Amino acid sequence: MSNSSETWIILGATSSMARAFARKVAADGANVLLCGRDMDDLAASAADCTARGAANATALKFDARDTASFAPIITQAQAESGMINCAVFVGSMPTQSEIDAAPELIEGVIKDNYTGPAAFLQMLAPEIELRGGGTVVGVGSVAGDRGRIGNYVYGSAKAGFATYLSGLRNRLTRAGGHVVTVKPGFVDTAMTWDVEGMFLVAAPEKVATDILKAVDKKRNVIYTPFFWRYIMLIIRNIPEFIFKKMSI
Amino acid sequence: MSWKPLETMGWGRASAAFGDVARPERVAHLKKLLSLGAMPAFGMRRSYGDAPLTSSEKSLDMTRLDRVLDFDAATGLVHVEAGLPIGDLGRMFAAQDWLPPVSPGTGFATIGGCIANDVHGKNHHVVGSFGQHVTEITLIQGDKTRVITPNDSAEFQATVGGLGQTGVIASAKIQMMPCKGDLMVLTERRIDDLDEFFMAFEDATKDFTVGWIDATAKGDRLGRGVLEEGEITSGVNRSSGKTKSVPFNAPAWALSAPIVRLFNELYFRRVPRSGRTSVKPITDPFFPLDAIHNWNRLYGKAGFNQFQCVVPLNAKDSLREMLERISASGLASPLAVLKKMGAGRAGYMSFPMEGYTLAVDFPNRGAADYLIRDLTNMAREAGGRIYFAKDGVAKPQQIDGMYPDQDAWRKVVNEIDPTYANATNLVTRLNLRGPAPETKPAGESA
Ligand SMILES: Cc1cc2nc3c(=O)[nH]c(=O)nc-3n(C[C@H](O)[C@H](O)[C@H](O)COP(=O)(O)OP(=O)(O)OC[C@H]3O[C@@H](n4cnc5c(N)ncnc54)[C@H](O)[C@@H]3O)c2cc1C
Repeated sequence: MSNSSETWIILGATSSMARAFARKVAADGANVLLCGRDMDDLAASAADCTARGAANATALKFDARDTASFAPIITQAQAESGMINCAVFVGSMPTQSEIDAAPELIEGVIKDNYTGPAAFLQMLAPEIELRGGGTVVGVGSVAGDRGRIGNYVYGSAKAGFATYLSGLRNRLTRAGGHVVTVKPGFVDTAMTWDVEGMFLVAAPEKVATDILKAVDKKRNVIYTPFFWRYIMLIIRNIPEFIFKKMSI
Repeated sequence: MSWKPLETMGWGRASAAFGDVARPERVAHLKKLLSLGAMPAFGMRRSYGDAPLTSSEKSLDMTRLDRVLDFDAATGLVHVEAGLPIGDLGRMFAAQDWLPPVSPGTGFATIGGCIANDVHGKNHHVVGSFGQHVTEITLIQGDKTRVITPNDSAEFQATVGGLGQTGVIASAKIQMMPCKGDLMVLTERRIDDLDEFFMAFEDATKDFTVGWIDATAKGDRLGRGVLEEGEITSGVNRSSGKTKSVPFNAPAWALSAPIVRLFNELYFRRVPRSGRTSVKPITDPFFPLDAIHNWNRLYGKAGFNQFQCVVPLNAKDSLREMLERISASGLASPLAVLKKMGAGRAGYMSFPMEGYTLAVDFPNRGAADYLIRDLTNMAREAGGRIYFAKDGVAKPQQIDGMYPDQDAWRKVVNEIDPTYANATNLVTRLNLRGPAPETKPAGESA
């Protein structure tokens, strides 16, 4: 488990899943770098992490759509000793109907969920290799397992990110690093608050606990809560000629 | 995209409301929502009745704004967001020798709820009410943000115990209490009747005292129970605090009269004649029911109500009549609590007064509503009052005169919120703010 000689970079730290995760690594005494766009909110979360036991907690600007915001975070992390870990919680999910009405929204969805975080991790990877260890947690979504009429743009971005993570895992393993791909089902966050038809909704704290367990055990891909593995197993195995007529 | 149509219930599950609820996770989002118009907020809905409920209007769930914004280990002054459960605050800083000075009977109550009801704990006779330890409150009133301290006398007193009517509490500073640890030496002894209870409370010397009362007992045994006295001791509890939960609604017979009588008999006899002393993690005596999640489901689908009143010391014998009425009704549940309160209170509408407080749960069936209203009248005639955090059934005229500072409170809140945008179901039901303006002008923020 994490200790004061570890640093966690948390991207998208204003989300409730990221907050729950940050609290847990803070309680273990880690050094946390909370990265996101709402600086007031990040400052509040940094104070909270400090109160909960973080060795240090810092708020830093990160915008998935602005690659210029990446380097200062990496530089800050490089100044820390010990392992550098990174948990990626960034993402955005406009509804499919919003995207249908304004197709140009796709670019932002891809940047937030895939290319932004991937570009960041690409910059971080050499540092993990240099230090001979460190864990990357990439939070994707079960939506990335199969394109569905309800949110296939979001799903495709998450799928791209998942493929990127598997490649990064392949690379970092050689240097002693590790990558955990996390596929949460429905989680009770601001993103899903007003979405209809949610079921088996998990608390962010539960997801954070599952992620930390997976980090400890060096798991490669986890579904959280675990039963989503079986739900998605079924969904992935529906033949395409049937699936294309379904709306789930 | 912020609003979700939701049915909300008070802890007793006998009061419900249907309305649009937003649950902001960032202060910027909270401010944005409120800039479009003021509305009520709620915490963990641990109030039993309709205090946290708002029908057919918008309201805010504050539980995701639950961070510690600052903590000074040297002075014990802590700044927290309003949605933080008070139990978390206790767990977080006990190892650094600081505890919340006042904790209600559940650790799930949020700081916002503890302020808005000016809650009391088992040490009320020593340290007073929660609001007396609050040094600063950040309020959001529509598109305005205000930071108030006890020096802003009227607005502060209208906010503490003020049922959320002065605006949404975003954060507050609390002066914590130094402690040697979070273990408690707990002494329990049997009390055979009400007079013995009164005497025991007069003689009590410990910081924490509370009485469990067998509300089914009659005759010679009327008012019998168990007195618990506790004192915090050194050592820190590191147990995992595993919880259980009640997965579904219990059937109606679960809390029927014979079962409650049997339970109470056993509960009474659990404590040996000679009394007993033990050392426990503070959470056990502080939050005895929190170990079982959703214990409110034990009352079945219809839910339950709690009656809680306080009567002045010189009218303490009115409690005997109340207990007679309760035991005769056959409606009492095992949950009944007696406690001697001090005079400490921090707001115009704060519940505490020097005297005795009695709290009893009643399953929501038969004549329970009628019984509670009867008890409410008895409390009023005794010069006492009922606790809004628990009420879901009283009528407006029954409240008249119970809160002597109600006019002062009305003046402040009606000035801050002239359109009654902050009015919750309880405030409306009891007409606490006086006649509402004809209509709520649409889109106007208070
Ligand atoms: C098992 C149990 C034991 C209890 N024991 C005690 C006890 O010993 N002593 C005692 O005093 N009380 C006790 N209570 C009552 C409880 O402490 C109060 O009802 C408390 O207010 C609940 O906090 P909450 O966060 O659930 O608030 P809610 O019930 O959600 O709301 C209570 C009130 O506060 C307002 N409010 C909440 N948050 C905000 C905010 N951020 N801004 C503005 N207004 C807000 C609401 O509008 C409402 O009027 C007990 C309750 C239970 C369930």
